[in-house]
Amino acid sequence: MTPQTILHAPTYDCRKAFAEELIALARQDERIVAVCNDSVGSSNLVRFREEFPSRLINVGIAEQDLVGVGAGLANGGMIPFVSAAAPFLTGRALEQIKADVAYSGTHVILCGQSPGMAYGELGPTHHSIEDLSWLRAVAGLPIIVPADPGETRAAVRWAASNDGPSYLRIGRHPVPAIGPEQTEFILGRSIQVRPGNSATVIAAGTMVARALEAADLLHQEGVDLRIINMSTIEPLDREAVLKAAAETGAVITVEEATTTGGLGAAVATLLVQHQPVPMRILGVPRQFAPTGSTDFLLGYFGLTAEGIADAAREVIHHARG
Amino acid sequence: MVNRRRLADLDPEATLRAVSDLARQVRLSDLEMIGRARLGHIGSDFSVIDILATLYGAVLKVNPARPDDPERDRFILSKGHAAGALYATLAHCGFFPVPELESFALPLSALNGHPNRNKVPGVETNTGPLGHGFPVAVGCALAARLQRSSRRTVVVLGDGELQEGSNWEAAMTASHYALASLTAIVDRNRLQQGARTEETKQLEPLADKWASFGWEVRVIDGHHHAQILSSLEPSSSGRPVCVIANTTKGKGVSFMEDRVEWHHKVPSPDQILAAREELTA
Repeated sequence: MTPQTILHAPTYDCRKAFAEELIALARQDERIVAVCNDSVGSSNLVRFREEFPSRLINVGIAEQDLVGVGAGLANGGMIPFVSAAAPFLTGRALEQIKADVAYSGTHVILCGQSPGMAYGELGPTHHSIEDLSWLRAVAGLPIIVPADPGETRAAVRWAASNDGPSYLRIGRHPVPAIGPEQTEFILGRSIQVRPGNSATVIAAGTMVARALEAADLLHQEGVDLRIINMSTIEPLDREAVLKAAAETGAVITVEEATTTGGLGAAVATLLVQHQPVPMRILGVPRQFAPTGSTDFLLGYFGLTAEGIADAAREVIHHARG
Repeated sequence: MVNRRRLADLDPEATLRAVSDLARQVRLSDLEMIGRARLGHIGSDFSVIDILATLYGAVLKVNPARPDDPERDRFILSKGHAAGALYATLAHCGFFPVPELESFALPLSALNGHPNRNKVPGVETNTGPLGHGFPVAVGCALAARLQRSSRRTVVVLGDGELQEGSNWEAAMTASHYALASLTAIVDRNRLQQGARTEETKQLEPLADKWASFGWEVRVIDGHHHAQILSSLEPSSSGRPVCVIANTTKGKGVSFMEDRVEWHHKVPSPDQILAAREELTA
């Protein structure tokens, strides 16, 4: 998709793609179960429950139980998609994620719904901007942030077939289809969604479309941004990051998450040791968001095409000294 | 699938003798392990060993030659700090060679201070932080139901552990789904790491609590093998079964029994000799 068209493209809620793909998988494989915490509606699992009533386990409002039950179902040979609002899944049940899922190495797919600041006005209790930082610290847990519905579907299929734990961050805030349409998700492999050599923007989730818009803005100024969709946060696509830094000389990361430990921190940790280049890390600073809609808050923290373009101009200026 | 000491294979008296022998062997091995490693939770271990010996000696359908058999019964030791007792039980039942117990807690040993399912055959989930094993056991029982399997799931909980709220989340889920194939055994020794449970945060009336959560409750002497055995009969109510096993921390060694400091105190060489003498008397 060209930048000119992405601005006006239709947008999608990735939860719908998640739910549709899960139903398709469940029709083929009776081991697939959904486990939720009274989140049937918010996880978009109403149709799943209608078609597979016994395979929708609702543990009620009890996230520690939710994740532990998922680990037990996996022990028993089922393939559980454990789905809950991302802030409660990762915050309330972090120790279960660590011990019962990651350390035990169980085939549990943790589905963090409505992450980032998707819950807007509901406030910081309901925002999930810490999840990437928390989960990056847990060994053995792949962290996947799909950027659009197609990638969400591919990631769901991958997670069902991969015999181990994973965390899928399923977006609620509408995003356009980024493409290219993926038939297969490959863990740890990023996708360059736009070529360019002036600087590289490494983006994840909702930020990929905005990075493409930023590239469009800067193209008019003779600046060509390379845009990478880094949908796997862990394990990071080291090769693509190092290559981009070497070839473009400046890197901007952008994520709908706190900057204390997510994508930006992962990229910076790699580059500072192996390919130091000027960087800007965009995300939510270490503060609780004020009241506002998701769009308002993304603008408030500079997570817009304009904000990304400003950071790119600045870092390119810095790199060229 | 058979365990070499399965109840069905032996007459009742022989079964109880075999369980008793196993419990003694496990206590002696655990004493050696803790003495060698200079760490461990001997009081917690000796509290639960009679329960473990009865389960592995006479109840659980598990096969040490096929620890990953999908149709095995599931056993989860939620009080993972009693890992020494679990390791010694598994070794004496053939899951791995008994001499491997000598590596307990040594650098790079598979036998960590808390059990790891990826390193120790027979371990179902990695426990250690309290309040984790019970929800996992509920998931195991749900999986068996979805697969229309008759296999059963047994989880052993420490009593102090019941102060973790996750257990009560799991108790509600098991009751809601009427998981009659699930048994939760509470190792009720009335001591936790720092003090008596009732002084720390009161658990009583414990049987009433479980009953009010929808469980069939059985209260037994947790060192009486015949009582443990009969308490593990299948549910008679269609509801999950809670066995409150009244136990003594440090059971079997007079100077350790019911003393809070023996939660994880390490016996001196003289104390090891004295303990061994009592256990072999």
